This record gives sequence, C-alpha cells and structure tokens, in this order.
Amino acid sequence: MTGQPSETINQTLGDARLQLAIYSATNRLMTHRAGAVRADLLPDYQELRTEANQLKKHTIEHLDHYLELFEKNVIAHGGKVVYCSDSQEVADFVLGLAKERGAHLIVKSKSMTTEEIHFNERLEKHGLEAVETDLGEYILQLAHQRPYHIVAPALHLTRYDVAEIFSKNLGVENEVVIEKQTKIARAALREKFLHADIGVTGANFLVADSGAVVVVENEGNARLTTSAPKIHITVAGIEKLIPRAQDLGVFLTLLGRSATGQPLTVYTSFLSGPRRNGEIDGPDEFYVVLLDNGRTKLLADPEKRQSLYCIRCGACLNHCPVYRKIGGHNYPWVYSGPIGAIITPQFHGVLKDPWLPFASSLCGACAEVCPVKIEIPKLLLKLRSEVTDAQRRQGVGGVERLAFGIWAWVMTHPRIYLMLARIGGIFLPLLPKVGPLGKWASQREVPKLAKTSFHQWWKAREVPK
Amino acid sequence: MVESARGAQVNSREVVLGNVRKALDRAAGLLPTTLTAPRLKIPILDRGRYTTLFGQNFEKLGGKSFFVREPREVAPILSELLQGKRAVASNAPFLAACGITGLPQVQSGFTDREALRAACVTADVGITSADYALAETGTLVMLSSPEEPRLISLLPPVHIAVFPQSRMLANLDELLAVLPNPAEQTSSMVLITGPSRTADIEQILVRGVHGPGEIYAVIV
Ligand code: SF4
Repeated sequence: MTGQPSETINQTLGDARLQLAIYSATNRLMTHRAGAVRADLLPDYQELRTEANQLKKHTIEHLDHYLELFEKNVIAHGGKVVYCSDSQEVADFVLGLAKERGAHLIVKSKSMTTEEIHFNERLEKHGLEAVETDLGEYILQLAHQRPYHIVAPALHLTRYDVAEIFSKNLGVENEVVIEKQTKIARAALREKFLHADIGVTGANFLVADSGAVVVVENEGNARLTTSAPKIHITVAGIEKLIPRAQDLGVFLTLLGRSATGQPLTVYTSFLSGPRRNGEIDGPDEFYVVLLDNGRTKLLADPEKRQSLYCIRCGACLNHCPVYRKIGGHNYPWVYSGPIGAIITPQFHGVLKDPWLPFASSLCGACAEVCPVKIEIPKLLLKLRSEVTDAQRRQGVGGVERLAFGIWAWVMTHPRIYLMLARIGGIFLPLLPKVGPLGKWASQREVPKLAKTSFHQWWKAREVPK
Repeated sequence: MVESARGAQVNSREVVLGNVRKALDRAAGLLPTTLTAPRLKIPILDRGRYTTLFGQNFEKLGGKSFFVREPREVAPILSELLQGKRAVASNAPFLAACGITGLPQVQSGFTDREALRAACVTADVGITSADYALAETGTLVMLSSPEEPRLISLLPPVHIAVFPQSRMLANLDELLAVLPNPAEQTSSMVLITGPSRTADIEQILVRGVHGPGEIYAVIV
C-alpha cells in the first residue's frame, strides 16, 4: 500500500497530443545536452561533475559560514540580506517594503523558489500586481497554471492554447503564429517593465566571496527585471550558495549544457549591490531574501542533504521514463521529475504523498546525467524505506507486510522452501483462475513450474568422474 | 508595522542560522575546511586565432561580426547598419575614438537615468563597447559603469558592440582569472552569448523576445 497518485495521471497517459508534446520536448532537450557534453567538445565533463559535487558538498556542509560570508559581502556592496524562515515572512517583508516605498507593480523573472511559496497570490491579496515576465511563465500566470518543467515551464501548451489564453486575457485577436505571439507578449511586458516599482528574481547561484547573485536566462527578462525598476529583490533558497566567483567556471559550464545544451545561456548576470557611484542606471536598492522554508530539515540528514546540491538544470526530468509519461502536473508539488520525487517528501513529510518515491523504475538515468552527481536512485530507496517505516508506525500495509514476512521466512529456511516448491509444482496448475488471482492471470502467462526443481536436478545429475 | 517586520527579520536571521548550525552540528564562527584552488582551465592558443574563433561562434549563435584594421574603418560600417535608424551610444571612450558618437543618427553622452531610459525606449539600435569578449563561446562581457550603462545593450531591438581586439580572451575561465571578483569593480557584469531568444512555445526558437533580437560585433 503506497497511497494514491493523482487521478489525472490516466488523463495524461490517454492524451495523445500531450504525450507527443512531452516526448518531443524532452527528446529535444536530451539531444541538445548529449551534443554539448560530447567527449570531443567537453573532454573533462566527468571531472567537472566531480568538482561541482565536491564544491556543493563543501558549501552545504559549511553552510552557516558561507551564509555569513555572503551576507557580509552583500552589505559591503551596499545591499541588504533578509533571512526568512517561511513564505509568510517573505510576503511580510516584500509587502512592508512595498508599502513603505509606495510600490504597486512588481515584475518577476522566473524563480522556482517564489513558486514554492505562492508569492504572487500572497501579494495580489494585498492589492499588489506581480507579473511574471519569462514568456512561458507569463502564459502560465495568465492561465493560472503552475510550471510543467523546471526549464521549459509551458512545454505542455500548444500555440493554439496560447492563442486562446492571449485573446481571453489580453483582448487581442486570435493569433496562432508563434513569432507574433512572442511580439504581443514583448509589447505587453515592456509596458510592465517600464512602470514597475520593484523587480523580483530568483538566483541560480549566490556567490559568497563577492556577495553576488547570479542569474542565467535566454530572454533578457531577468536583465530587465534587475535593471529597470529602482528596487531589486532576490528571493533564493539558502542552498544556492557557492564559495567563490571563480567556481562559476565549473558551474556555468555544466548548467547551460545540462539544461538546454548551450555552452552558456544567452545572458548570465552577475549582480552585486545597488548601482555604484556614477553608474547611470540599475537599482537604487538591492535586497537578497535567504529562504529556509524547510531546507534546514533536509540539511539535518547527512545522506539526504545532497538533494540540496541541485542546480535545477532539469536534465533528470528529461531523462526520466516516468516524467516522460506522466508529465509535470501529476507531481504533487512545483518540483517535478526525479528531483521532485526526492525533495517533495523531505519538505512535506513522507506520508503526504507516500507513492512518490515509488514512482520510479530506478533505472538510474537521472543520476547519470545529474551535473552535480546527486545519487537520486539511492535517495529514492532510502525514502521508500522511510515511507514503509512511517506507515508501519501508523499501522498501514499490514497484509503486504505479512506476505513478505512469510516469504522472507520461507526463503531463509531451505527445507521448508523445498517442501513448498514440491507442493507448488503439483498444485499451482490447479489453482482457480477467478478472483484477484484470475484478474492477475488474465493479463499474464501464469508461470509453469518445472517438473523437477533445480535442487532435484542438481542432486540427480551425473557427475563426470 | 515596518518596524515590527524589521524586528522579525533580526530574529529570523538567528533562527535560520541557528537551524543550519543545529542541522550540521556546527558551533557559531567555525571556519570551513580549506577548499582546493578554483579549477580554471585556460587553453594555450595563438591569440591571433581568438578573433576568428570568436567570429565563428558569434555567428553560429545568430550574430554578425566584422573585423577591421583601423578605428577609422568602423564609422562607415556603422553608417551602413544605421541607415534610416536612430541609435543610442554609450559613453565608452573607444566609441568616440572610432568616430561613432559623431554620426548623425547617434545620440550619446547621457548621464541622467531618466533621459537615458527615454532615449533607449525609442531607439532602434543600442551601441556599446565590450569590456571583454570570449572566443570559445562567442560571448560579449559588459561591466556596468558610468561609461557603460546597462540599458543600451538591452532595450533597443538591435545591439552593436564595438571593441578592440585586445579585449579578446579565450574563455570563461580566463575571464574569471582576469576578474577573480567582478563585484569589486561593478554592480553588474553581464555575459551576452547570442541574441535574446525563447523556445517557450512548442520549442520553436524565436529571437528578440525581451532583449535585442539582432546583435553585431565590430572588432578593431
Ligand atoms: S537533480 Fe541534478 S539533474 Fe536534476 S535538476 Fe537537479 S541538478 Fe539537474
């Protein structure tokens, strides 16, 4: 008994169009990645992965030190650091600041961390407008949906879906040409950028020795978000730290390639503090919100804390046979795919979605492509046993446990096993094909036991002298 | 309200850091174990080849590059590119040295944020220099400064970068060796690798979604 996954899984599996969309998008991302990490183009790919893993391990294991170092350097460059334990504190901080500055309009660039805490909804309740500016995220915000994929948030939507969403929300003609749809979004969002009071971004990396926030993107919306408004707020999980600016050589080389096959994404912004003396543009105020929101719970487990190394490249999703069938929205939280399957139970408790760590074939493809070498299958196994333990404490799964208990006992008692095997050979073909057994057998070939067992054959064989 | 929010922040700092230390079983103020030296790999290449390599990679991304021998050869290329268009140029001395700021289509010399922004909103082309360029990836590196604001390479639909060959570096690792801590020099360092693009609708590539859809590099 492992609890029930979302009922919409069957809907996803039965939707041929959606299946094709997921399949072709993940396929494309896989091909691009494979092309970018080829041994002739990136001969030291494996060494880079090891290095990235070691750097993350070191940072996470000394996280308090790097948080304080980062904080010190942000302050030295004129910025401020705000620690928040949960989503409520983030909302309180942003609302307080907005009120103090008389701000109304917030532009946002893609940030999984703010998705995690339902940032937009919280602000909108208080009369602030928060607009997503990444094209995919913008479409999803208009359609009131959450991201389908960490890197390609709207991969499940077609141009026809987008046409409908735009004409319903923006009052434009039904437009199905993708270039023109992009222009419509550009124009609508340009207005927002130029009038926004505050820009909110996530961070791909927080650089401790520089007090800098690093944001990578392809569209330019993160650059606009951090350059046009007078206030820039970064909202990032505490695990995003890396020790030194020079470590970006390792991380940026891996991130773009693993995500979309790009040696570098179009824009990489390295931002530290508000505009300096004499700089003509850029924000006047610079804040970094360091969010816990359950991360310190993960940190306490020496083995599972490696889930905090994740740089959100999405490669494990693209390579996962389960994600590629069930898509992003059937996972219970904003993080989907293998990484979602290991962090969701750790954030929400293993009993909330007990099926999640079991929704994996343990094929290991995720671990093979993960640029920071997170041992995802191993963690899935660990979480499985935690689910079972927790369920046992709650008295769930009795029948199954009894059955496996008997099985284990039989297997460790050879004489009993032999006796049962002999009886089985005689009686198995005679078992009734009705009830649950019949249902099982209707789709399968019931295994035929050999007339003589291996044991009997082994004993009876003629040993050449 | 704001005061109490501030009070809460001070508190949360102790709470979060305390939870981190508890989870890691570390006392406050402990130093980390030493880290190995950063891994930076700089290929030993003939510097003369960088420019060609940069050009190839820049064009692969969808940019267009020009190579000229003398600064005075730049203005004619720009006049050609700017036909019928209006441009904003940054205050980088190299642009003036190339005679770009003197071109009739070009506005320059902004020192006020609002004026600069207004000019960039309506301009067809933004002209900047580049602090560095990375040959291996076809990347332009822009450091924000009084001479080089952020918006010129961002708001107009076309971006032209004009810079001397001496700014050419091998790759990202060499940049990080030259600038071990970019925060000491600028509030914003941006690496630009190709024109603005998206593939968010049906994985179809579209250029110029928020940033410039066309980029040019003129290397002197
Ligand atoms: S777990 Fe690894 S592969 Fe998956 S998104 Fe994170 S970094 Fe990428």
